[in-house]
Order: sequence, then C-alpha cells, then structure tokens
Amino acid sequence: MAPSVLDERITLKYGAGGQAMRTLIQQVFVDGMAAGPPHVGIGLAAMDDGAALRIGNRWLVMTTDSHVIHPVFFPGGDIGRLAVSGTVNDLAMMGATDVLGLTCAVIIEEGFPRADLVRIQRSIRETCEEAGAFVVTGDTKVMGKGELDGIVLNTTGIAMTDRVIPDSGLRPGDRLVVTGTIGDHGMAVMARRHGLALEGDLRSDVAPLNRLVRQVLDSAPDAIVAMKDPTRGGLASALHEMAEKSRVGIVLEEMALPVTSPVRAAGELLGIDPVHVANEGKAVLGVRPDAVDVVLAALREHHLGRDAACVGTCTDERIGSIILDTGFGRRLVTEVEGEPLPRIC
Amino acid sequence: MCLGVPGKIIEIDGVIATVDFWGVRKQVRLEVVDEPVQPGDYILNHVGYAIRRIPPGEIQATLALYEELLAHAEREDDLMAADVRGEIQGAGNDGR
Amino acid sequence: MMAGNRGFDELKFRDPVRARALSDTLGRLTTAIGRSPVSIMHVCGSHEQAIARFGLRATLPRDLNVIMGPGCPVCITDVPEVDEGVALARQGVRIATYGDMVKVPGTVMSLADAQAEGARVDVVYSVSQAVEIARQSDEPLVFFATGFETTAVATAAAILGGPPDNFLVLSAHKYIPPVMEIVAEMPATRVEGFLAAGHAATITGWGVFEPFVARHKLPVVVAGFEPLDILAGLVKLVELIGERRAAVENMYPRCVTKEGNRRAQEQLWKVFRPIGGRWRGIAHVPNGNLRLRDEWAHLDARRRFDIDVAGLWDYAPRPLVHECICGDIMAGIKSPTDCALFGKECVPHSPVGACMVSSEGTCKIWHQYGGHPDLAPRSVTGGESGAVCAR
Repeated sequence: MAPSVLDERITLKYGAGGQAMRTLIQQVFVDGMAAGPPHVGIGLAAMDDGAALRIGNRWLVMTTDSHVIHPVFFPGGDIGRLAVSGTVNDLAMMGATDVLGLTCAVIIEEGFPRADLVRIQRSIRETCEEAGAFVVTGDTKVMGKGELDGIVLNTTGIAMTDRVIPDSGLRPGDRLVVTGTIGDHGMAVMARRHGLALEGDLRSDVAPLNRLVRQVLDSAPDAIVAMKDPTRGGLASALHEMAEKSRVGIVLEEMALPVTSPVRAAGELLGIDPVHVANEGKAVLGVRPDAVDVVLAALREHHLGRDAACVGTCTDERIGSIILDTGFGRRLVTEVEGEPLPRIC
Repeated sequence: MCLGVPGKIIEIDGVIATVDFWGVRKQVRLEVVDEPVQPGDYILNHVGYAIRRIPPGEIQATLALYEELLAHAEREDDLMAADVRGEIQGAGNDGR
Repeated sequence: MMAGNRGFDELKFRDPVRARALSDTLGRLTTAIGRSPVSIMHVCGSHEQAIARFGLRATLPRDLNVIMGPGCPVCITDVPEVDEGVALARQGVRIATYGDMVKVPGTVMSLADAQAEGARVDVVYSVSQAVEIARQSDEPLVFFATGFETTAVATAAAILGGPPDNFLVLSAHKYIPPVMEIVAEMPATRVEGFLAAGHAATITGWGVFEPFVARHKLPVVVAGFEPLDILAGLVKLVELIGERRAAVENMYPRCVTKEGNRRAQEQLWKVFRPIGGRWRGIAHVPNGNLRLRDEWAHLDARRRFDIDVAGLWDYAPRPLVHECICGDIMAGIKSPTDCALFGKECVPHSPVGACMVSSEGTCKIWHQYGGHPDLAPRSVTGGESGAVCAR
C-alpha cells in the first residue's frame, strides 16, 4: 500500500499524479497543515479535486492549479486553455458548475515572446467564454532567463453549489461512465515532447466541462454519485483513487473503452496503454445502475459528450483494485509511477 | 506491447518511408529490410526500422494455419477422448 | 471500442471467439499429457507483456506452467553495465537510451536518479533519434544500447549509416540463442519446450534453433505477439510435447522464414561480435553479449572514455542488492514468492532488482497479477464478461 519512505530529493514521479504524489501530499502537506476552521466541509485531508466551504446552506467550492506544461502550444490547445479548463473542470467535478470567478497568475521567463503571451491570453479569454467564466484578478512576475522554463500559470476558481459531489461516493453495483475517448491529451503532448514525429490526428481534448456536467446533473439529479476528471495518470489513476476512497473494487471492460484510432496506434507504437494517459476534457462518472441510459443520452446530446460510454461496474471484491476484462481474459490495471516512457522489446 | 507493429507504407523518400499505423503516420527507416518495398506494402516496424515486408497473403495463410491447428487437435481429441475419459474416471477428478 | 480506421487485418488476431477455441484446445491437450505441471519457457519479455496485457494468464490451464525465462533485455542487463551508464552520466557525458532502461537500479542508483542529480539523460524510442541529437550538438552523445538482437540490428544500421563523430555507443546488447542452451542445461530446470520470440526470429530465421533442438531434444515453437499468435504457439508446443516430438515449428510465418533477414544479419555481424559475459543472475553466457568490433573503436564509449565505476562506490552500496534473486527468477528456477524481498522491500515504486522495474520483469508482473491470478467474478455484483453495460 502507501509507502512510508520518501526519497531525500523530489524526483519527477512525485508530480505525476500517481501513488507517489498522493503520498507526498499526504505526508508533507496534509499531515503538516492545521485541520482548518469548522466551516470547511471538504478540506485538505480529503485530497479531492477542490475544497468545499459551507456558506449558509450552500457550499462555496474552491480549487487551485498550477500549469507547467511543455510544449506551451500543442495540437488542440495551449497552456492558457489548459489553465482555464483545468480549474473549471475541478470545480465541475465537485458539482459546482457556475463559476463565480477565476484568478490567473503568471510567472514568465525573461525572453519569452510577447506574441506568444498574447496568443495565450486570447486562448484564456476564448475558453472562459465557452465556460461562462471570467478572470477577475491575477498576478504577474518575471524571472531571469534560465530560472524557469518559459512560463508557469496558476489559476484559482470559486463557484457555489447546493450539493457537493465527492469522488468517494461509489457503491457496489454502480456503473462507471466516461464522457468520451481516453488518452487524447497525454498522447498528443507526449508525441510532441519526445520528438516522436508522429503525424496524425493526435489532438488534445482540452475543454471546459462545466456546461456538460450541468446538463447531465439536471437530467438525473441523484443518479451521479461520484465524479472525477482523469488527468495525470489517466483513467487508471482516477479510478484507483475513486475505488480506494469509496472502498469498492472496479471491473472495466476493455472492449467498451472509447479510444480513437490514432491514440490506439500511438499507444501500440510507444508501448503505452491509453488507460494510463491523461485527458483534459473528459470526466468519469459513478452512476446508479438504473440511470445509466438517461445519463448516456444526456451526455451524447452535447458535443463534448458525443462518445460517452458505460465502461465498468463497481463490486464489493478486491477493494481498491481495478480489474480489466480484456475479452480474452482478465488482468489487474495498475497505476504507472511517473510519466509512462516509450518502451522497446 | 512489442514494438514490432505492422504498418502500411504511404510514401518513400530515399531510405525513409512514411508509414501509416491505424491513422497515425510515422517515419520508418529502410536500411534493414531485405526486400524492395513500395507504397501500399505492409512492413513490420521495430524501434524505427522496418525489419520485414509482410506479404499480403500471409494473414489469411496464418489464420488458416490456426484453423487447421484447431481441427487437428479436435480429431486427435476424438481419438484420444475415450482413453482420456477412462483415465479421468479412474483418477476420480474432473479433468481440469 | 471506436470503429475508427482499422486498416489492417492484424486485428483478426485479436478475435475473442477464435481465442476461446484455442484456449479450450490448450486445456484439453495439457490435460491429455497427464503430468502436472507441464513446464514451458518463453524467452521474450514482450511475450510476457502480451500475456499479461491480454489477461491470458488468468485463462491458461492450471497444469501448464508458462515460465518467463531471461527474455527481458532490461532485466538481464547486469549491474556493472548499468553502473557504466550511470558513471558516464555522472561524469558529465550526455546519455541517450530507451525508456525502460532509465529506472533500472545499478549498484547505487539508476539513470533516473542520476538525472535528478543533474545528469543529462535523453529518452529515445529509436537509435536514429539519438544520432539526430548528436548531429545537433558539438559534444559527445553516448547511446546506451540495450536490447536483444532485433534491437541491435537497428544500432548496427545507425552505425553503418555514417553517424557524426560525436556519436558513441555503449553496447549492452545481448544475443538470445546462447542463453537457451544454458537454461536447457541447468540441472534444476524442468522445461520441456521453448516458445521463441517472433521478432527476433524475423531477423535470425527459425533455422537458428535446429542445432539446439537436435542437441537437447526439446521442441521450439516460434510465435508472434497477438493473443491468437500466443495461444496458437502454446497449442502447437504442448502438442509437440505430448507427441514427444523435438522439432522447430514456425507459427509466425507471416514474419518469420527459415533463413531470416540476411541483410540484417550481415549488418549485425559486421558491427558486433559476440563475447561471453554475465547476464544478471546467470553466471556466464558464452557469446551472449554483443560488443563493437575493433573497426568501430572510434565510436565505442568504453574505449573513448575512462568510465569511473568505482567512483560510484564512494556512496554505500544498497545492501539489499545482495539479497536479490533476480537471476534465479529469470532462469525460471525460483519464482518471485521465493524471494525474501518480494512485495516487502522490493515493490514497483521502490524496486531492488530489475525484475521489479521493467514492465516485462517477472516480479513486476507477478506483483500485479500474482502468478495464476484468480480474477473470475465471485459474486453477482462481480460483473460477467461482456454483460456489464448496455451500449
């Protein structure tokens, strides 16, 4: 289970979204911080997508994200779109789809092209429009050449909601629904980053999901019991967290997983399983079994949910484990520590 | 997930072929493959080099081979079946 | 799954119906042999990876013991060889290597650890990519070359293609056929047949196994990597064992011929020569290591640099390394559960031996899947295959 020993130096795996990162957060930050005042309903210890603070009989949901992606511009998006979508989606995953405001802090490396900065700002604005959100305050810093890599963005978002949906509400028998194809963002970025010279339709799926989530929550108000967006670590990581927190096991059907052909091909070529690769415009929902059809119909009406599919079910066996039914047999889906690297035989 | 993945040659420029793998195109080098290749051919790729040209008829031939394997095993099975059943009953287990 | 653009008939080799038929046949043939277990060995990490990935292990007959032999190129790269790469990196030399080599622990640390301390390590997916990096730089670039003969062929092609002067190779390449001899001769093995790697055989040809079969009277079946290929290969191998027929059978004819790829072979042996060497845990494999011939001394990193491996040992070596039994595991003599460290001090996120690092390592796979995992649904909420969700 969770390792109790941390390395003396922070290596890259601690930022990768998997077990190592959760351990770091738990042992260094959560255990180290004070518990928080009484109105904090969901706080640091829950390690959910955001925090929920009680205001009267409603909840104020708050989340923050830093974005360090490189390359800054990639097929399908850029760091600006990613920053807004990431924060809007974290709020949406807790059920808070009406964004009150966003902050945007930038730290820029000396020498960064002004034209690129403007391009990023335009992207932020467009994405905000899609989400019905606004950047209301920010901060700007410049660091010397070589002191940081290009640009870093941090966004914080707040929204109100009547009901907070945790990522831990799954029960045996509940179904798992993904809102669309998996592995798109990570595969597109990885192909670029490793100079893999793969041409094809590999595009990031980065997009704000709050309107899609609102639509599906309205269609089946009590049927969605858990939500998470699979980012770093992919669907595997997201499901592991949900399964552990909910104390259930999960069985996934490989044949039901929606994957585009280019992502599948890139995965085969690189020896990387799409289930471990990040999305930035998809969510996985825990759904009561009798509401799956309604939920799928509501998702598929929206352009961001057109490839939605039911991909698995929760069980009361092998708590915390994810079993993949491959069609030929069964195996466990594990979490990959660190970024998946291209393999050879 | 061995990286010996088959793909279809789209175009060739000297020793570099552009190969299509299910909608993703990648450059593959041709210094190692032992037959002349042309656009439309399928090749087996390993760490960025084509190591074999796969003759189109081979897919069907291999599938036929597997069918034969099954059929042969079934025939053998019929002949052995009576013996095996006898042994199993003798040993008192369910055979698996 | 998305219909998408399938393009290639290769996916017929993932047909679940045919797979089930082959699986049932395998069960019947294994039972008919009457011994338990029937042990066979494959020597290819990618076979183990494919078996694991498709969940085949959960459906293999209980009486069939499919052992993973020394077929993971990363796993059998010996500690001193990893240390050579790490030492070079720490000496300030830029290293390029394949992804799964980066996390393999040496005596003190892995390349990833060296990278965290400031060494420059580039992950490449092809040797030609490393050549490109060298071309765009003035300083030396050492390609840490790991992998079996199929991968060595690519390194040879890159060398013969006239790389820039600053491109160097640290060869840790290995050659598989000699190690099959060793395993066959080990008194402890009960291996009755071998499944040979289809892609290595694409290069070497299946004829290379004939002397082995004649000498040891053990059948060898060459198999591909799709689920049907593997199952069909196992069926044929168990059939040969049942008939007590020592022969080489090629179940991957779409890629493998008797002679193999002569052009690739010529290139390989023009650049490399086989020498005896240590594989991790296997004392000595005659002709098992590939080193650069003298003509290529100018790009041999071992001759260009004075690699200071002893400098690594200023740090206390990790004591657990001495308790690691990766070698016996890779020889198929012991299984991961025989190791005192397995699942305790040695786990995927903090590995001691290479078997736990590589995605193809036996211990990594056992840790995930537990040998013959019983993953069948036990209860109603377990979910029957194919009936979980309405589309």
